[in-house]
Amino acid sequence: MPLGRRSAIGVTTLGLLVLAWFMATGANGLISPGRFPTPADTWAAGLQAMGRGYGDATLVVHVLQSLKLVALGFVVSVVVGVPLGLLMGTSATAEAVLNPVFMLLRPIPPLAWIPLAILWFGLGDTAKIMVIFFAAFVPSVINTQAGVRTIERPLIEAARMLGTPHGRFIREVVVPGAAPMIFTGLRLSLQASWTTLVAAELVGALAGLGHLLNLAQQDLYPGMILVGMICVAIFGALTTALLGLVERRTLTWVRIKGETA
Amino acid sequence: MTGALDPARRMVLGLAGLVGFFGLWALVAASGLVGKAFLPGPLEVAERLVTLLHTSFAGGTLPQHLASSLQRFSAGYLLAAAVGVPLGLLMGRFRLLDDIVSPLFDALRFIAPIAWVPFAALWFGTGFGGPVLIIFSGAFPPCLLNAYRGARQVDPRYIEAAEMLGTPTHRLILEVLLPAATPSIVAGLRIGAGLGWQSLVGAELIVASTGVGYMMVQAQSGVATATVMVGMAAIGLVGVLIDIALRALEARIHNRLARA
Repeated sequence: MPLGRRSAIGVTTLGLLVLAWFMATGANGLISPGRFPTPADTWAAGLQAMGRGYGDATLVVHVLQSLKLVALGFVVSVVVGVPLGLLMGTSATAEAVLNPVFMLLRPIPPLAWIPLAILWFGLGDTAKIMVIFFAAFVPSVINTQAGVRTIERPLIEAARMLGTPHGRFIREVVVPGAAPMIFTGLRLSLQASWTTLVAAELVGALAGLGHLLNLAQQDLYPGMILVGMICVAIFGALTTALLGLVERRTLTWVRIKGETA
Repeated sequence: MTGALDPARRMVLGLAGLVGFFGLWALVAASGLVGKAFLPGPLEVAERLVTLLHTSFAGGTLPQHLASSLQRFSAGYLLAAAVGVPLGLLMGRFRLLDDIVSPLFDALRFIAPIAWVPFAALWFGTGFGGPVLIIFSGAFPPCLLNAYRGARQVDPRYIEAAEMLGTPTHRLILEVLLPAATPSIVAGLRIGAGLGWQSLVGAELIVASTGVGYMMVQAQSGVATATVMVGMAAIGLVGVLIDIALRALEARIHNRLARA
């Protein structure tokens, strides 16, 4: 089956859907404009958000605020999670001590940390970073640890036999060996960062895309809700693509086979 | 990467880890570094849990809130399974349907389930329907994807043999694709349950007037930190129980398939 046919059908479907959107909404459409916005409403809401702004700030400010928090939360989780995963992967003692605590905290869904984060840190940036941390840190640890386990034994034994110092052993054997799995963890961490940030901003925030969504819901403003959702999707996809680019640049020696998300 | 530890040593170390965790928590809580209202110790949280079993908070006791959360969860989750699994199987069988649905699905997947909250509230209200849509959007993707992958992984020779024998399409799907895809489907159902439960918590934090999530939001605005922590523990525990139940189901199905 050539790829051409598949993407042609895909484009046609999406095109028909947009057409259906034009037809079904509006004055004499099936769906009332109070439930789902017309394309014109959405466009107008988009222009309003870009120009005059909505929720005390323009769309650019909301987007930058959300991007900043996702980036900060993601970096903090990775900087803590990957080394911890390496430690748990290389040291059986560390693994035995930390694993039960990890198993105890892991079943708590990241979003359930939101009320506690707000209690401790209020509605500002720190609370968001804490929530993202609890969401994004887990996939980084687990995948890094699993990645260390996938390294071939002979490589490890050869390094040991040659008396490689511990620092070099970690840098030149463990990290490269675990790298493909580490990146899988990073991708999952990034997705988790977005989901939890949007949720945390919906629960309470002073700016950001979730804040915009929350206000639009309270104002019964469907056009603005759609603008917010489209922005969440676009910037989620963009950051994922950026990470994919970094992965391909870094892992030049790995051919990822049959990769699915 | 040193060899495996012996089980006794492992258990001692594990216990040390847990004791360290709870000890540190109790120590910080008792030290007064953090206000008592903001960090109750583990014992206080346990006491609060026992109290909440029979005293009402935010319109219900803990079991009552859990019951209404579980009710929403079951509705959204069963809906996701009932739509996702058949659609996934059909997409695995019919190329055209696959080509039509896949791009839509890929486009929608970038929207975090929780971002549906405003529309869910607008369309179905904040009581039951809205949260159900959020759970649905969390649980649906793994249900669909795993059924689809399962159906695609069926050995084509079976399908060809069935087609050659003139098996009608519904029997081909029910008697060839479904059994072969079952392990993958069950795995999808398990992942979907986890994600659905998580989404429910989010939905209840934002829009709902009952349920554990709602209890936690109320506790948060009243600075009842112990109650917030009880909510977290209850959500974690129920999530684990759902996972255990589905794992048992998975094991049973695997056994049955292995025997057949």
